[in-house]
Amino acid sequence: MTIDRRKFIIVSGSAVSSALIAACDSRGPKGAQRLLRYAERKNEAVERVLLRHTSMDSSIAGSHLAGNALPSYFVSKTVPVWNEAQRGKWTLEVSGMVDRPLKLTLEELQKLPRITERVNHYCVEGWTAVEQWTGVRMRDLASLAGAQPAAHYVDFQSFDDNYHESWDIESAMHPQTVIAYGLDGRMLGPAHGAPARLFSPVKLGYKNTKYLTRILFMPVRNGGYWSDLGYEWYGGL
Amino acid sequence: MGSTRNHHPIVRITHWVNAIALTIMVGSGLRIFNAYPAFARRGETFCCYPFEHKAIPRAFTFGGWLAGARNWHFAMMWVLVINGLVYLGFIYLHGEWRDVVPRRSFPRDAWAMMSYYLFIRKRHPEQGKYNALQRGTYFILPIVGAVAVITGIAIWKPVQLQWLTDLMGGYVWARYWHFMAMVVLVALSAIHIFMVFTVDPYALKSITIGGYDENKSPEARNARPFYHLFARPRPDAATIAAHPSLTPTDSFEAAHRPSKNTTVEKKL
Repeated sequence: MTIDRRKFIIVSGSAVSSALIAACDSRGPKGAQRLLRYAERKNEAVERVLLRHTSMDSSIAGSHLAGNALPSYFVSKTVPVWNEAQRGKWTLEVSGMVDRPLKLTLEELQKLPRITERVNHYCVEGWTAVEQWTGVRMRDLASLAGAQPAAHYVDFQSFDDNYHESWDIESAMHPQTVIAYGLDGRMLGPAHGAPARLFSPVKLGYKNTKYLTRILFMPVRNGGYWSDLGYEWYGGL
Repeated sequence: MGSTRNHHPIVRITHWVNAIALTIMVGSGLRIFNAYPAFARRGETFCCYPFEHKAIPRAFTFGGWLAGARNWHFAMMWVLVINGLVYLGFIYLHGEWRDVVPRRSFPRDAWAMMSYYLFIRKRHPEQGKYNALQRGTYFILPIVGAVAVITGIAIWKPVQLQWLTDLMGGYVWARYWHFMAMVVLVALSAIHIFMVFTVDPYALKSITIGGYDENKSPEARNARPFYHLFARPRPDAATIAAHPSLTPTDSFEAAHRPSKNTTVEKKL
């Protein structure tokens, strides 16, 4: 069988271009979603192999602190502020698979050994910002509470509606993962997660829960606000 | 069968897998870019991109929303890389690399092609499988592709592979080079597609179902863009007499390669 050349060019050309036009700005075929989830799990396996506690982020020389240029994000309708009159004194609960559950006030948190790190904030949108965080290393908090070896995941929960994100324990124990109460040399303000928030340069911004209330050590992962909506659960850097 | 311009099935398959994967990578990449269509760090400015904070039109994007585009991008990257390695491994082992690596005469040959397209030179230069401009393009494409992959990894893992990100000049520059590699790939692909349809649409057969008619080659047809749409002017009798090789019809090919197809087939 011979295909008329002109017909072949017209048919193949219009088939390809109409497929492209149909695909534009769409989410792609439905059946592909399963394949994409499969790829995400495989990517997570690769990312977990790459994770090293000795790989540290450092802001590039000559960079400026973002300061007021750092966008403020929260999922509530208004800036979440802890109302002491309504809810009593703010505390941070460290619980779940731990030997010594903790309930720390901000003053108690500030008395713990602290570090200050000047690092990059990697947003899922593609921007970065240099920030200087002061707080308690997550690994110090874990050993203080006596986290059990079977706790392979940690869920970070907040009072910003039901915002939470769960992490793999390895990333949570990275030395640059901190429970921060200070930003750029000042106490953290309500725009950026006061009284205390999670921050680490090893995870994308959305994994770093602000307005923390509870750190829950768990045997299984517990999804997260943006992860449940379709963003990568691992979100590592 | 044994046309020098035919493509091995592995080349044909990897070409189309690459075409689809690259289209999805570009579309989803542009959707990711639109989430922050700028390069500057927060609180800083960026020197070298004139369209900071101007989004790419949605029609050129793929994935629907940021998470969808990211999922496509991070899945399709494996297809693109593995397919690219299969192609490069094949042309290395099978010898096709000789058709794409530029020769010593590249500057002269490239100028000959350029001057032909610019109507400075009259006749299409003699060539092998590809002309000099094609050679240059098909040689540069995998290199730019490698730059896109390496800068992509630098953006994906800026902390765990910080040495690589630093090599690109940091995260901001890695993102910039990744974008620029895409621009070069899109530009070269656009020229490639334009030239296929306007100069040598007969080559579509060789890159899909296989097979190529040498008498339809650009040099045999003395073709510039869109020349297949017009009747070819006949050289006048004096010109033909002065240059016997300027036979005006399809027999041009036969005149230049008399030993190839015709004689062998007659003997058989």
